[in-house]
This record gives sequence, C-alpha cells and structure tokens, in this order.
Amino acid sequence: MVVDIPPPELARHPLRQLASDRWAVAGGATIVVFLLIALAAPLLSGLEGHDPYTYDLDAVSDTGAPLGFGGGISVEHWFGVEPMTGRDLFAIVVHGARTSFLVGFAATALAVLIGVAVGLTAGYLGGWYDRLVSRFIDVLFGFPWLVFVIALGAIAPADLPKQLLIILVIGLFGWPGIARVVRGQTLALKQRTFVVAATALGAGPGHLLRHQYLPNLTSTIIVYSTMTIPGMIGAEAALSFLGVGVPPPTPAWGRTIGDAVGWVQTDPMFLVFPGTALFLITLAFNLFGDGLRDALDPRTRGLKR
Amino acid sequence: MTETTVSPLLAVADLAISFDTGDGGHQAARGVAFQLHRGRVLALVGESGSGKSVTAMSILGLLPGNARVAGSLLFEDEELIGCGPEKLRALRGGRIGTVFQEPMAAFNPVLTLGDQIAEAIHTHKIFEGTSVKLRVRQLLTTVGLDDPDRVARSYPHQLSGGQLQRAMIAMAISGDPVLLIADEPTTALDVTAQAGILDLLRELRDDRGMAILLITHDMGVVADLADDVVVLDRGRVVETAPAGRLFTEPAHAYTKALLEAVPRLGDPRPAPEPGPEVAAVGDLVVEYGRFRAVDGVTLRVGAGEVVGLVGESGSGKSTVGRVLAGLVPVTAGTATVGGADLTRLTRHPWRHARALRRLRAGIGVVFQDPASSLNPRRTVGDSITEPLVLHRDLDAAARRARVEELLDAVRLPAGLRTRYPHEMSGGQRQRVAIARALALNPALLIADEPTSALDVSVQARILDLLRSLQRDFGFGCLFVSHDLAVVEQVAHRVAVMHRGTLVEEGTSGEVLHRAQHPYTRKLLAAVPVADPVRQAARRVARTAGVP
Repeated sequence: MVVDIPPPELARHPLRQLASDRWAVAGGATIVVFLLIALAAPLLSGLEGHDPYTYDLDAVSDTGAPLGFGGGISVEHWFGVEPMTGRDLFAIVVHGARTSFLVGFAATALAVLIGVAVGLTAGYLGGWYDRLVSRFIDVLFGFPWLVFVIALGAIAPADLPKQLLIILVIGLFGWPGIARVVRGQTLALKQRTFVVAATALGAGPGHLLRHQYLPNLTSTIIVYSTMTIPGMIGAEAALSFLGVGVPPPTPAWGRTIGDAVGWVQTDPMFLVFPGTALFLITLAFNLFGDGLRDALDPRTRGLKR
Repeated sequence: MTETTVSPLLAVADLAISFDTGDGGHQAARGVAFQLHRGRVLALVGESGSGKSVTAMSILGLLPGNARVAGSLLFEDEELIGCGPEKLRALRGGRIGTVFQEPMAAFNPVLTLGDQIAEAIHTHKIFEGTSVKLRVRQLLTTVGLDDPDRVARSYPHQLSGGQLQRAMIAMAISGDPVLLIADEPTTALDVTAQAGILDLLRELRDDRGMAILLITHDMGVVADLADDVVVLDRGRVVETAPAGRLFTEPAHAYTKALLEAVPRLGDPRPAPEPGPEVAAVGDLVVEYGRFRAVDGVTLRVGAGEVVGLVGESGSGKSTVGRVLAGLVPVTAGTATVGGADLTRLTRHPWRHARALRRLRAGIGVVFQDPASSLNPRRTVGDSITEPLVLHRDLDAAARRARVEELLDAVRLPAGLRTRYPHEMSGGQRQRVAIARALALNPALLIADEPTSALDVSVQARILDLLRSLQRDFGFGCLFVSHDLAVVEQVAHRVAVMHRGTLVEEGTSGEVLHRAQHPYTRKLLAAVPVADPVRQAARRVARTAGVP
C-alpha cells in the first residue's frame, strides 16, 4: 500500500524520541541513581556511620532477631540491621549495588563481545563454520549451566577470585542469545543492496564487516546489551542466593535475599530492602532498553502506544 | 456530456489532509476537488508525494492515526468525512472495492485465495453456505482466470503477479461495488500482465457500469484506461480535463512537463562502430539450486557502446548483469570482463579474492533502488570515497578533490558531501550511486534497472545524465531494464531475454522497430503509449492479433 507517509527525515532524532518516553526516562533515571549509589557506597555508608562488615551484637536480641521496629530501623541504622550479626543493612545494600553492577556490566561486556564476534562471522562466512557455530549455540542453550556452575564452584582453585569466576561463567554462558540475533541481522544485511554494491566495488571482508555491517548493527547491539544487563545481574543474584556466588563477607543482594528468606516471618524488612533494590534495577534496565529499542528502531518509531 | 446533469457518484470538494508529525504538521493535500460519475474512469495522476494515494485512502477512511482530514467527500450523496466507523466498514468491500499495488503483500500468505475471497463475501453477508463457494468460482471466472478451482485452492506464493492481481480484483468486486479504487494496480506487474489487467478493468467499467478511481503515475496507463484525469502536484490539483484533451492540449506547465518526461519509443540511438570488447558472455548458464535462471546466453559489450538488456521479471536479465559484476557464480559457459575469466574466479571467490578485487576496480554497478544501495549510516562523501579507499592510495585531500569532481560530474553541489542518504531525494541518491560507480573510471558500467524506482521526470533527467556521462567517459555499458522506451533512450544495441534465453539481438532500430521474434513483438505491443488515440488503435491491433 502506498500511503504517502511523511518521509523519514521528518521523524524525530532518537534521543528526542527517547526523552519523550516517560517510562524510559524513569528507567534511565533509576539506573543513574543506582550507579551513583554504587560509586559513592563508602561515602553513603560513612555518612550513616557504618560499614557492611562490622558486627554489632548490641543491635540484636539473644535469639539473633534485630531489636526495635522493622528489623531495627532507627536513626542509627536507616534500613535496620542484619539478624544474628547486627551488621548495618543500609551499608550492605549500597555496597551490594557495587557487586551487582560490576558483575552485570563485566559479564554483559564479555557476552556481547563474544556474541557479536561469533554471530557476525557466522552470518558473514556461512557454510560449515556457520553450521558448526549454530549447532554449538543450540547445545549451549540446552546446557544445564546452573548445575555446571555449582559443580565448577566446588572444584575451582581457591585462589581464583570468586567474582572473576562468576563473571567468566555467566559471560561465557550468556553470549549465544546475542550471537543468534547478530547472525540473523548479518544474514539480512547480506541481501541488502548496499552490501552487494560494496562487494561489487571490490570491498574485502575486513572492510565490509567494519564499514557496512557493524554500523548497521550498532543499534541492535546497544539495545541487546541494555536488555542483557538485568539478566546478568539476576544471574549473579541467583548464584549468590544459592550460596555459590559471591562469598561472604562481600555484600551481595542475592546472598542477603537468600539469608532473609529464613527470617521472613520475624524480620520481613530484611527481605524487603535488598529485594526492592534488585527489583528496581532490573525493571529500570528493562524499561530503558525497551524505550531505547523503540527510539532506535525506525520500524517502531512514531507508533502510538 | 450528459453525465454532469445527474448527481455524481463521488464528489470531492475542498479536501485537505494533513499529518501530525511531532515537529509541526505535514500538509499532504489541500483544496482537492473532483467528481466521478458511474461508468467512468477517473485517473488521479502525480509523482511521489503528490498526495494521490492519500486522497484515495481518505475516501475509505484508511489513513494512519495522525492524519487530519477536512473538506467534503460525498459518496452517493452521503458525507463520508466524520461518519462513523460502522458506516465506513459497510462501505469498504461493499459499495466500494479496492485494489492495491502489491498483490503479493495484500493477500494473507497462509490462507488460500478461495478462503480469502469467501471471507470477504461472508463479511458482507451476501451469500450463505454452499453458494459462497459457487460465488467464489464465479468471481474468479469473471476476472478471466482459467481453472478457477485450482486458483481458489492455491496459496498466494503459488500464483504469478498477474494472476494474483486478478484474484484481488475478484475480491474487490465480490460485494458488487459501484466504485472501484485501484491504487497503482499494474505498477508491480510486467507489461504483458499489465495489458491484461487494464483490459479487465475496462470490461468491468463497460459491463457493470462501475466507476473506477485509478491512482497511477504512468501516463501510458492513463491513456489506456482513463476517461477523465486529475493531475496532482504536491498536494494540489493543477489540472482537471478529459483524457483526450489532456494529452493533446495540456493546459498547465506541470502537466506538459510530466508528459514530455514520459519516455516513448520512436527515436533509436544509432549504433556506433563496435569498439574492442570490454565484457562478454558465451553460452552462459546460471543455475540457482535446480532452477535454471540463464540458459545459454551469448552477448558482447564493446567499449563505448550501451547494450540494453530487456525482459520481464524472471527472464534472467538481472542475473546476466550480476554475473558480469562477479556477484553470481557461473554454472557453465564463459564470462569475461576485460579479458579476465569470471567463470574461474567466481567459482572459488576466496581463493581468487585478490584477482576478483582487481577486476572489480574496472566495473561500476548502479542498482535499481538508490534508497537501499547506499549505506544509510554513511555520508554521501563516504559512500563515493569507498572505491577510492579500496583501490587507490590517495591522501585525504586528493580523495576529497575526486569526490567533488564526481559530484560535479553528476550535477550535484559539492555541499551534499556531508549529507546522509535519507536527507536526499530519490533522484539525488541515484546520482550519488552513479558517482560512486564511476569513481574509478571503469571500462564497464552495469546499470540494473537504474530508473525504475524513480518518478518519470526524475527518470528523464537521470537518463540524460547517463547519456552524457557515457559520451564523456566512454565506458561500455550493460543497461538492464524492463522498460523498452527507457532502453531505447540510452542503448545502441538491444538484446531481449525471455525465460533465461536470448530471443533477439540487434541495433535498437532493428529490435524496437523492426522486431522479428514474436515475443519481442508481443512485448512491444503490450507497452501502453501516452496517447489515448494511438493507444486505442494499438489495443485493437493487439486484441485482434489474439486468435
């Protein structure tokens, strides 16, 4: 159908489009706030006068339950204290943000790097290499990685930092999704006339990949990365929840949530604070990623929702 | 003119359509007015952006949500603007039938045609039960499809474009409409299929007294079918006239320009003395899987000559062009460019990557759709520089000078260098694509339908440009096109392809004016001419020729 819809140059700039999406702006703002919190974690907990490591047995009763209202919320302890140990929950939550971001960003970077490299080459080269890679991706998708990681945690050398191990593991299991998307996009680009035109001009593989394919994949990669980060943060939390993630005493939301499950009857606030933090940050990344996709993808741009 | 005394079927007055786009509005049409009577064909003519399709879609209330429509649309003395969606839905497919441009895209690919036409009948509750099947059959017969039962059982991908367009017309007339809106009904079709569809539309008008609102950019189609013509330019009506008068005495300057831009057969370029060979194929065979796209074609392009390669879709003409560009491997036969053997090189593209790349420095390629042949994320300057970066060792200043020289050669201001493709018009983009193809002074230029995505006035200017560039640069050129009149304007020699084989070859004068092969004659006869009187005579001759 040929309705003369105004040409694309009248469409708004992606950034302006993003700015007009209220949910995306809210998500972006939440991410920025959490990032600042993570960066300024020692400062913030210092302001409160605590660190996430020092025990305060005076804040808990003989049974280990925090003393006072809402798990020990007071001017002294803004989010209350951890049962049994009396460590400051506010300090744990703000420091936990550091762990989540570190693992989330690093694992995503690793996954995106591998995924783009594999997907791009598989789509571009095709043939037996593509078939091999595609089957390998299928295998990885079906692989019981959680079991594998738990087993790996048991046999990993003790002097290998646990955070690095987690980043490597969830990064190395996280790339198949993006590889598949990039491979599909590359296959589609291969048919586009401007790529054929560049080939007809005598462009070699390096030139094609750098100048023709990658610039047209950037928005996909950016959007996919944004959507991958919350998954990685969630994966780290899940591992820590199961006790095979970041080891104590390093603060991690997942482990705190895991501990809090046992206390949910007597001290629900112990679960609420780290849980809310985890929920907010994953929701924020997803909202922001969704808005970003709408802004960058010309097909959804301008659609009224 | 007795019709003017009865009230018109459709009366459009002072119609204005605008789109809210966020940064202010975009006025697509204003002050549009015309009247359409029963049993007449009114053509809305204009180039892209003229507002012709928007005007037609506003009658059906099918514009996007951000459109604002004002004015008056009287259909059978009832106002359509502001009437409820219930009323519009009853009209669509009922009193008003619609035929769209892309038959392939307008049908649902997972349902059979019979089911889809039956659905249209059910929607308007015209027939019940078993009679629906009968009705579908009857409709498919009406639109001239032999073996209607097979067509009804078929899925869209199993039929040709012409058959699908007939099925679409069957669906459009299933509710016995009094008005048929045909939006570029033949643009996506080959000329021979187009001639059949135009005949069918004429029959519907004559036998059923249907009024047809025809939206088209093709003056040949207008001359063939229209009784009255409304010429639109940038959302305004510039001229309204009966078809006969419009072609003989166009009143408005825009109409005159539009008619002059239409390429017509008549004045072939004389063939020059054939120069040394720059490209040739001998007994060329190309197979895609088990499908034989090219079957034993022998063709030669000499230095400084333009060879037109003509054929309908699926004839294999584009494949020949792609073989010479080194983009498609040769199955059998020979293909040489500048003395290099493409058969050997393309069979192992990785092993011969260096030789292929050297070869490509001597070939320029211009593709059909300039919107997609330029990388949307790179500036025009970057795109033109690309071949220089790949094949020449120039510093930034020298490259820039060359880009400006090339932009000047294709008559574009040097300031466009920093623009992106989406910031330019279709014609400008195609000029950029031509500049890129000529960047290395190639001995061979392959142009694959370089003007078929463009408006006629733009097409005329691009053809002018190609002719003068060819004179100045002296390259040999393989010009692939489905449009015989376009080919005549640029080609010295013409080759005609049909189903993978070459049926006729010779100088433009020989092939286009003294055609020997029956297929070439059929092709020539099917091309509508932008002159109602001559077109009527040609139509009689064409239909009389059919036993």
